[in-house]
Amino acid sequence: MLTLAHFLTLGAILFSLSIAGIFINRKNIIILLMCIELMLLAVNMNFVAFSRFLGNLDGQIFVFFILTVAAAEAGIGLAILVVLFRNRQTINVAELDDLKG
Amino acid sequence: MNGAQMLLAAPEFWVLVMACVIMIVDLFLREERRGIIHMLAMLTVIFAAIITLRADYLVDGVQSVTAFKNSFIRDPMGDVLKVFSFVIMGLVFTYSKFYLRSFKLFRADFYTLSLFALLGVMLLISANSMLMIYLGLELISLSVYALVAFDRDSGRGSESAMKYFVLGSMASGMLLYGMSMIYGATGSLVLPDIAEAIHAQGSDDILLVFGLVFVVVGIAFKFGVVPFHMWIPDVYEGAPPATVLFISSVPKLAAFAMAYRFLSSGLGDLHIHWQAMLASLAVLSIVLGNLAAIMQTNIKRMLAYSTISHMGFVMLGLLPGTSFGFGASMYYVIVYGVMSVASFGMVILLSARGVEAEHLNDFKGLNQRNPFYAAIMGLVMFSMAGVPPMVGFFAKLMVLKAVVEAGMMWLAITAVVFAVIGAFYYLRVIKYMYFDEPENETTITAPVDFGAALTLNGIMILGLGVFSSSLIAICMTSFGA
Repeated sequence: MLTLAHFLTLGAILFSLSIAGIFINRKNIIILLMCIELMLLAVNMNFVAFSRFLGNLDGQIFVFFILTVAAAEAGIGLAILVVLFRNRQTINVAELDDLKG
Repeated sequence: MNGAQMLLAAPEFWVLVMACVIMIVDLFLREERRGIIHMLAMLTVIFAAIITLRADYLVDGVQSVTAFKNSFIRDPMGDVLKVFSFVIMGLVFTYSKFYLRSFKLFRADFYTLSLFALLGVMLLISANSMLMIYLGLELISLSVYALVAFDRDSGRGSESAMKYFVLGSMASGMLLYGMSMIYGATGSLVLPDIAEAIHAQGSDDILLVFGLVFVVVGIAFKFGVVPFHMWIPDVYEGAPPATVLFISSVPKLAAFAMAYRFLSSGLGDLHIHWQAMLASLAVLSIVLGNLAAIMQTNIKRMLAYSTISHMGFVMLGLLPGTSFGFGASMYYVIVYGVMSVASFGMVILLSARGVEAEHLNDFKGLNQRNPFYAAIMGLVMFSMAGVPPMVGFFAKLMVLKAVVEAGMMWLAITAVVFAVIGAFYYLRVIKYMYFDEPENETTITAPVDFGAALTLNGIMILGLGVFSSSLIAICMTSFGA
């Protein structure tokens, strides 16, 4: 029998994977965008699991909004990526060092 | 849904409709008639302010009204913050028109995106549920990512947009993860219901504290306090100054509202937990912000680090959790918005046609080139440094008073010591302006509306300082202090 803890653990693993992906990855910005999507999906997993086990629908409504916003976010991210590639001819994370923040 | 509820959100609807109207009107305009877009945008913010001020919901002692199943709230605090957002937005539009014209970037997308971001700010200020907080936050962020990359041919602009996008999305992911934990622990998305659930079950729930940590990370990122400040210097340096004008002022007001609603209305019972987190964030940003700003030679990066230290002061006001503290913090954030817009207005003014003013050296001998604008920049710098009778002094004073009243003397002392250290780099700008020879003798000219807006901004900084008690009173009564 699957309990709430199983779903939360899965959500936590996905979340940690995406954070690790963002910090470890030094090569490709597209992988960064994938990690960000994964992070939002991990959150969705949490919301759906809580919603199911609390018997409260609010969480599932929230998931719809997150999915929609995530799509818009991916759209903006890829647009910025295209502009960046046109200006710099590279999408290598390590080469983005004009500004040293 | 009845009409009265819709009417509560009238300013939001107005801004939304006008943003769409501007988008469509632009399709039918020839390039040389683009000025109409600017007029429409100014009209939007002016009318939005008028609609907000006609707050007829405040009858028979009602302090706040909610709408849309409790997810939207109208209260005096929100109204004050919104009206100041509109005022600052009007200044932003006026300054950026000059910049966009001289750099051949005068396009309607700037106005549409800014108005959508303004709509996000308004929603975030009025948010009463986690869903609204998330949507308002994302509406601001998504518009601002696009605004940062607005100059499409600038390599630095697109690089900073990418960095901001990745860090910003990560921060909203963290915030969402925290929200999911809080939802799981309390079973509700509406902030007052969350507060009630926490009150009933006690605040020791590990799930709740775990969620709180992630939420504070999200809020800290929005403010840009250390250690979540990495995006600020890069974005300030890389983005067009017209965008930085906006980023550095209006979203901070929304971030304050979000922090207040989330931490006080929603998670008020977890005060001991978030107080410690905010205290460390505040100290780190005041220390690091002021020290790093001294080492900058680029005016934009210097102002970026100064933002970080100012946001540390806003955190100081939040952490006592008293209504006096919240009022002081709100006052600080409004004052900061006004000062910050003026400082970037000066950066835009100094940008010659096609060349951006970036170095502190560009301010050398400003007094000989134009004494009037040098005096305004002097006012801004004195105010940011916290010299009386400028408005920045009273803001710092109120925040420190709140911290001392809460019994955290060491925090107040650290803040004062580093504010004094920070005064060095503000005064250095004044020394450059008045005591150094100009490197560039060209006279400074600006359009009439730009000059008028900058003058008004200078008067606000001086006037709000000399007559500071009225604005302080407004901020305090919003929290019933």
